[in-house]
Amino acid sequence: MKLQWWKILTILLLIYVLIAGLAGEVPRQAILNETVRNLYFHVTMWFAMTTFLFISLIYSIRYLRSGKISEDDKAVEFVNSGILFGMIGFATGALWGNYTWGSPLPKDPKILSAAIAMLAYFAYVILRGAFDDEQKRARITSVYNIFAFVIFNVLIYILPRMTDTLHPGQGGNPGFNIYDNDNIMKPVFYPAILGWILLGVWITTLRVRLKKAERNLTEN
Amino acid sequence: MNFKYNFWQTKFTKQLLSLLGLFILTASSLWAQPGGGIEMADKLREDGKIWVVVGVIVLIFIGIITYLIRLDRKISRLEKQVRKE
Repeated sequence: MKLQWWKILTILLLIYVLIAGLAGEVPRQAILNETVRNLYFHVTMWFAMTTFLFISLIYSIRYLRSGKISEDDKAVEFVNSGILFGMIGFATGALWGNYTWGSPLPKDPKILSAAIAMLAYFAYVILRGAFDDEQKRARITSVYNIFAFVIFNVLIYILPRMTDTLHPGQGGNPGFNIYDNDNIMKPVFYPAILGWILLGVWITTLRVRLKKAERNLTEN
Repeated sequence: MNFKYNFWQTKFTKQLLSLLGLFILTASSLWAQPGGGIEMADKLREDGKIWVVVGVIVLIFIGIITYLIRLDRKISRLEKQVRKE
């Protein structure tokens, strides 16, 4: 088996991100200090999560249109990856917040809404367990997935902008750009987003393929 | 006369190399410049030891990726088996 080009790209991007992200030059900021590097690691987890949940939404809609169970399989696995990256994002955020905001879980609207949004997707996984019939399960949870994605976006991207939050770029806070006015973080930040997303997609496709193989074995 | 063209001894190459050397020198002096009074891990990088940690993290990452590649291959084999049956 030859490694596909995008898997090689994933490896190269992430090795570059690790080296340049940990040892490269970053803007000097009080309080943040070296932790500004977490932009490449913590922030990208949420970007990746949102991407996976969006891909999952597309597969759920495709399932509803076609009724093919393989589409639903992909939707589930992308939600699983989204939850994984979301939990990593939460844990890394708590660690970062502990040393910059003074508390691992400050009473911040964005953190609270992120927690609620995660619960919406936990509910998706639990809801799936409630059905024995495969098609019924796929149909109902696909519809739920559409609602969950809407709620997720409202909670993560809209509500925090309407109140005061510690997160940059929201609620009157300036965006992250002010920390990076020389644009020295962008050459690492953008590859980091792409790299982590590709890594998650890789892991997801492995799980989808395993599921498909299992399905083929039980059907025969 | 036995004239051999040696790339490393041409005037152009020498100029290029000295220019490159100048770039590296200025870059390294910029790198080490302490900016403002804000604490950063300058000492760590000056000592060159931050690279040890970066190396360790990269090694761990390579290990995980190798595991992922092997898992990928295993699933490919499984798929082939399923197709044959």
